[in-house]
Amino acid sequence: MTAAAGTARAVWRRPPLIRNPRLRWAIYGGSLVYLVLAFASVDVNWTRVYEGLDRGLRFVEGFLVPDFVSRWGDIAQGMQESLTMTVTATVVGIMVSVPIGIGAARNIAPLPIYLACRGIIALSRSFQEIIIAILFVAMFGFGPFAGFLTLSFATIGFLAKLLAEDIEDIDEAQAEAIRSTGAGWWQVVNYGIQPQVMPRLIGLSLYRLDINFRESSVIGIVGAGGIGATLNTAMDRYEYDSAAAILILIIVIVMLAEYGSSIIRQRVQ
Amino acid sequence: MLRLQNLTKTYRTGDRALNGVSLTVEPGQVVGLIGPSGAGKSTLIRCINRLVEPSSGQVTLGDTALTGLGHGSLRRARRRIGMIFQEYALVERLTVMENVLSGRLGYVGFWRSFFRKFPPDAVSKAYALLDRVGLSDHVDKRADALSGGQRQRVGIARALAQDPDLLLVDEPTASLDPKTSRQIMRLIVEICDERGLPAIINIHDVALAQSFVRRIIGLKSGEVVFDGAPNELTDAVLTRIYGEEDWSATIRPVDEESDDQVDDPDAEAEHHGPAEVLDRERMAGLS
Amino acid sequence: MVDASRTFPESWRKRTTRTELLIWAGWLALVALFVFCWQVMTQDTIWMFVADAPSQAADIGSRMVPPRWAYLPDLMAPLWDTINIATLGTLLAVIMAVPVAFLAARNTTPSVRFVRPVAMLVIVASRSINALIWALLLVAIIGPGVPAGIVAIALRSIGFVAKLLYEAIEEIDAQQVEAVTATGASTAQVIDYAIVPQILPAFAGICVFRWDINIRESAVLGLVGAGGLGLKLQDSLNILAWPQVTVIFVLILLTVLVSEWVSARVRHAII
Repeated sequence: MTAAAGTARAVWRRPPLIRNPRLRWAIYGGSLVYLVLAFASVDVNWTRVYEGLDRGLRFVEGFLVPDFVSRWGDIAQGMQESLTMTVTATVVGIMVSVPIGIGAARNIAPLPIYLACRGIIALSRSFQEIIIAILFVAMFGFGPFAGFLTLSFATIGFLAKLLAEDIEDIDEAQAEAIRSTGAGWWQVVNYGIQPQVMPRLIGLSLYRLDINFRESSVIGIVGAGGIGATLNTAMDRYEYDSAAAILILIIVIVMLAEYGSSIIRQRVQ
Repeated sequence: MLRLQNLTKTYRTGDRALNGVSLTVEPGQVVGLIGPSGAGKSTLIRCINRLVEPSSGQVTLGDTALTGLGHGSLRRARRRIGMIFQEYALVERLTVMENVLSGRLGYVGFWRSFFRKFPPDAVSKAYALLDRVGLSDHVDKRADALSGGQRQRVGIARALAQDPDLLLVDEPTASLDPKTSRQIMRLIVEICDERGLPAIINIHDVALAQSFVRRIIGLKSGEVVFDGAPNELTDAVLTRIYGEEDWSATIRPVDEESDDQVDDPDAEAEHHGPAEVLDRERMAGLS
Repeated sequence: MVDASRTFPESWRKRTTRTELLIWAGWLALVALFVFCWQVMTQDTIWMFVADAPSQAADIGSRMVPPRWAYLPDLMAPLWDTINIATLGTLLAVIMAVPVAFLAARNTTPSVRFVRPVAMLVIVASRSINALIWALLLVAIIGPGVPAGIVAIALRSIGFVAKLLYEAIEEIDAQQVEAVTATGASTAQVIDYAIVPQILPAFAGICVFRWDINIRESAVLGLVGAGGLGLKLQDSLNILAWPQVTVIFVLILLTVLVSEWVSARVRHAII
């Protein structure tokens, strides 16, 4: 302190986020070069955009005055497919995910089962729903059945992975205590693990229900049934007011689902 | 009778937690196991019910050699060994009754336990145990709604619900305040006396061990370095177990408290004045 | 002491009869709902096609191999587009999401009654609609190509980034904010000194996480004409060129794996 008083520094600079100056400048420079290259490769056709503004305006108008009536038959059919697909796929997805999730938890599953279950999860997570839908439509034909399979399969990758991580994160002492009473493997799962992961499993399932509905609105584009097909048709026919009506319905349903699931989540805590 | 012969445990990391431990616990005997952190106390009792698999050596309970049992017979053996845990290890989101009944899991099939349909004698035994540990009013509360002392009482009831032939107790008082610690220790020792139940109690609190148990085993670096009565614990012995330190404030003459049967918690409060609290503070360095 | 003279109940139930019945009724309702939905969903299903699926799968599988690796060079430009759509789209989304998040967080919004609901509506609208649908709209409006993809990704990501970010803002330690406010700092200074340092790690994590998701999404946007690998996928599917489809799938898989690895590394470095 005494020595510092004599040579007090009046300049202070905040230490940089990345300490190594070479690495810092390499990252800054690299990012800059990338951005320049990326922007250069995006060519915007301004005349096309200008022409499109008109349609954009019509679409905004459609949003303000949505037309639920003229295509109501198609919309109702599409919504019915989307909703039924969502419910069945979520139920089946949960039923399949739970055993796979348990099998993919390293702390309770033997190694071969663990590897197999992790493999299934990785497979399901690697591809977009839409790609899986393309394959399932090619195999099972057009319609909501292919969509149901797609959503069920995608649910596994999501739910089983998060369930497995939850089981790996449990308070090990509670499971150990149950094990020390001489309980069997199933009893340890039922008494020592299930109570710890149940609230989150319910929350995740509700969240997945929500995701499945949103996804059910796109896989129709490739022929897997649901409101997406209706929407696609409306867009192709330039019926923006009907398209806006569909989008508003989707948003409202998602909002309702989120509201409902937040209530259920609070109750199971 | 419990007999350990040459028990050794080497963890996969290469740490040798136990090094040739041999000891015998007679029927009805309550043993306090003391030693510094990392001496292998926890490993030792977990090797007995094989929550930790011993590397070599033998554990025999009665006529059964616990080491070498297959999966199913190990489960049956575990039923006979009750265990009480440091942080209670209750299943927090289950009710008190479910936690106590979980002590019967080894006796009932999966579906019975799944639907919570335990046999009548198990249920009435569970009620009786909850009454014994003073929790009759909390049967249907969730375990996470209880205080620390109450949780440990549930832990005791769960272990006793197993109808054990041996009790393993792992630091039962580590997360409790001094008064509750004494109540819990007294309860455990009383219950062992009532039932003639042998027990091994891991405990880092030397004074507490001295006042409640009649035999103390000192563990250091996985080896038994002391085995004797509480009053044989001298400065020299403690130094052998824990290392150099001024022990004058730690060791207390074995006093009358281990014998008195105070059930009323308020009456008990008068027993320890400021001096004891001071002792505990000094000893905090040991744990 | 277990007093022998006392008797204890021999039965114990977790729930009362009433709640038990309610729970069974709930399960029954769920099963009924499932069966009903299943009936409605499959009323037009042609089961012959479903039964035929294994042979169809085998057929497609046999067509997909061997992959036509010579197609790979044609995919490099679309791959570059895909990466750009994801990266620039995420960037655009983040720029728009930050103000939305501050307006939506209870502790930073100027008005809980008026501004917050608007911000929440933006978030919900953005989150409800899949990037592919945004792309569908944008292709119709501004024409096919990479720009439509970038904007679609950005519009979809605003809600995601803003939602996670405003939750992070709401979870900050109020004491630190109090301390900085007590020095007489202005609102902007409080944000800079007390709030930003607390949410920065979460913010970076969210951005990288969303970028990783966006790589997957931008790979398929081309299906509706918004540029990237999806365009080639659509072309190949239209002419049933399954060996090319295989190559595209492999490339998408590799890209996804790399992006997942990058995002895991970056998040690990931040935390």
